[in-house]
Amino acid sequence: MSIITEITLIAVVVSIACALPGVFLVLRGTTMVSDAITHTVLLGIVIAFFVTRDLNSPLLLVGATLTGVFTVWAIEALQRTKLLGDDAAIGVVFPLFFSVAIILITRYTGDIHLDQDTVLMGELAFAPFRRLTIFGVDVGARAFVTMLVILFINAGFIGLFYKELKVTTFDAAFAAAIGFSPALIYYGLMTLVSLTAVGAYDSVGSILVVGFMVGPGLTAYLLTHELKKMIGLAVLFASINSIIGVRLAFALDSSIAGMIAVVTGTVCLIAFLFSPKKGLIKNTLTRRREREAFDRKINEIN
Amino acid sequence: MWNQILTLFSDYTFQIVALGTGFLGLLSGVIGTFATLKKESLLGDALSHSALPGIGIGFLLVQSKELIVLLAGAAISGLIATGLIHLMSRKTSIKFDNALSLILSSFFGLGLVIMTHIQGSSNAQQAGLDSFIFGQASAMLIRDVRLIAIVAVIILLLVCLFWKEFKLFTFDPDFGRTLGFSERVVALTMSTMIVLTIILGLESVGVILVSALLIGPAVAARQWSNRLSVVVIMAGVIGFISGISGTLISSIGTRIPTGPSIVVVLSGFVLISLFFSPKRGIIAKQSAYRKQKKSIEQQLQVLKEGQGK
Amino acid sequence: MPQQTAIEIDQLTVAYDAKPVLWNTSLSFRAGKLTAIVGPNGAGKSTLIKTMLDFIKPVTGEIQYTVRGQSATYKEVKNHIAYVPQNSSVDWDFPATVLDVVLMGRYGKLGWFKRTGKKDRAIAKDMLNKVGMPSFANRQISQLSGGQRQRVFLARALAQEADIYMLDEPLAGVDIKTEGIIMDLLRELTRQNKTVIVVHHDLQTVEEYFDDVVFINQEALSSGPIAQVFTKENIDETYRQDRNLGEGEDA
Repeated sequence: MSIITEITLIAVVVSIACALPGVFLVLRGTTMVSDAITHTVLLGIVIAFFVTRDLNSPLLLVGATLTGVFTVWAIEALQRTKLLGDDAAIGVVFPLFFSVAIILITRYTGDIHLDQDTVLMGELAFAPFRRLTIFGVDVGARAFVTMLVILFINAGFIGLFYKELKVTTFDAAFAAAIGFSPALIYYGLMTLVSLTAVGAYDSVGSILVVGFMVGPGLTAYLLTHELKKMIGLAVLFASINSIIGVRLAFALDSSIAGMIAVVTGTVCLIAFLFSPKKGLIKNTLTRRREREAFDRKINEIN
Repeated sequence: MWNQILTLFSDYTFQIVALGTGFLGLLSGVIGTFATLKKESLLGDALSHSALPGIGIGFLLVQSKELIVLLAGAAISGLIATGLIHLMSRKTSIKFDNALSLILSSFFGLGLVIMTHIQGSSNAQQAGLDSFIFGQASAMLIRDVRLIAIVAVIILLLVCLFWKEFKLFTFDPDFGRTLGFSERVVALTMSTMIVLTIILGLESVGVILVSALLIGPAVAARQWSNRLSVVVIMAGVIGFISGISGTLISSIGTRIPTGPSIVVVLSGFVLISLFFSPKRGIIAKQSAYRKQKKSIEQQLQVLKEGQGK
Repeated sequence: MPQQTAIEIDQLTVAYDAKPVLWNTSLSFRAGKLTAIVGPNGAGKSTLIKTMLDFIKPVTGEIQYTVRGQSATYKEVKNHIAYVPQNSSVDWDFPATVLDVVLMGRYGKLGWFKRTGKKDRAIAKDMLNKVGMPSFANRQISQLSGGQRQRVFLARALAQEADIYMLDEPLAGVDIKTEGIIMDLLRELTRQNKTVIVVHHDLQTVEEYFDDVVFINQEALSSGPIAQVFTKENIDETYRQDRNLGEGEDA
């Protein structure tokens, strides 16, 4: 397998794993909370590293994921005090966690194989070289295997709790009345978001992850009115975006994850402009037509 | 320890950096109060992230690290991003948060693409554009501080001049319009000021943390007063102190980056204010809650006894 | 026929952040009747419903349900209670069809994990017929008018096949046609001996539409059959501006 094929494969798996929970983040409109998570899991990674002394330990994955969940709890606790705006609560929590993480990394940078650049921006180009060996057998690139497992976990969760995710997202009060706790489902979803962010940090970095989560879902949201189709389209766009992104990045010799984020944004903007269902042009035309029809009616009356 | 601090204060480099970050904290405290009260604080986050491609393109155009050009590029791309976010969330059913995070990450991605491309070409070392992502306060020069000071004075003067308008605009845009103030001019002035503040902060605190400087002082100050003027002044002071103490800590300690250290100090202010503010604070509220609950229970008891008779 | 009670509320006090919203309220809802909860804004009407649905834990007091002759708590009869929230509380841009939303009415009976089946679809379609929207099954919910949204919500509640129905302002902002359809259906439900409780804002139509009325303003002021309770004195008492909490007014 050529390097570029392998990188493409990893990129596609990472993108799909991110896009799946992303669909429900988009529907909830809580994507900035996930942006905060993607920053704060860094603190979890650093602390877990101090404990395990091994960047490849599964404990690191668990520890860092818990930090993400803790972030969600901290933001909600702050929001509940009503002492500050909902968005300000997000803006207070994540810079603190993130700063502590950066300070720890910088101070102990000598003994950690973690440096700011990789953590924040990731580097897909190196992903094929970090191999995962089990009992001495090379089973594939570490990022590929990890993210494939996370992809299956995400898909499994959505498959299992599809109905619950749907009803709690659409109408939380009703869902609570019929016995599906919206908080439980929300924390479940946010646990997956944290897990995915942790898994993806070394390939795409903690800042771009949120784009990988939101972009495909938002593009799909603009193109369909059906939840199942939206999930399918999000997966499709996640794959297309990464394939194009990897090619372009190689052509221009630039950051691969960055390029995928650019392609993701561009594709979403195109959908925003031209979507036949909810696009800007369609909306503007409809509004103009309605106004003309209204004017005509007024004229007829006069 | 004290000697160390004293020598530090007479150290020229430290003076420069501390003055720079202090002014920056002051400025973002003041401006951030308006942004945070208008509930647009996360817009600052998007703005700072999306400034990155502008910096890269600015560098590509002049092929040198000319600060003014880079900052102009940052401002332009930040404004384009803000415009896109507003367009997406206002004209279609896209939610504000979704537009924000999409634009934030795509622009940041574009910034990375341009920077990695520049690094791939010959004058990579000279570029040193990385510093914009994490901020590099220690590299601050006297001309940077001068720039910050000049902009700070202009912006603070504008705040004094437009005080009434900003106040109206922050709390009730409709009210401002009915009184005949041109809302657009005020809004534009305000956005420009926010953009300028963020751009100035990029070099020293970096793309990721600069928004914290806008939000933190405002949130902390808000807990101590209900009057806008008091909040604005307090936010400025908290920002100033955080800037200087953050720089101090990072100079005394070994290998502590300035930007994050400022944010940690600032977060200290925020947490103390949230917990200990005598009127609104979490602890004060808890005890008021307990008192209220007791009084409800007592009144219920009285009611029940009355019914029993 | 003996007087049957569907819900018995005993000395209920509810507080948000230790600020009492409902004060020492005792009242009962008759089974098989159509009851309106009436009161000014901020009187605690929605709070009462939400407490009955176990969203809010009361400071003191008890709520006893009687379903099919059995006394029980909310948790035990959850699947026998249908709830229609205010339709402004959801995101109508959510990607779902009308049938999808009505099908959600079946979720409670299915419990966790299980998917909806053919039978559920048949019931959902049937309920869409009842609210006069049979051709809307595959329509996107974003395309509905206010009245149609409310009818879809009602169809969803009907699909729950419950014994007690609680509706929060179902007639707010709907057209005359929808109002008629909704009230006819609710009337039909009471004929099947189901209990229907409606938070209602329009005093003009109370007498015409309902059997019983509950006047509420931070406490239950009076409740019972329209003929006895819907009097000018009670209305004035409920809408008095200077009502103060905790004075222990006699109902």
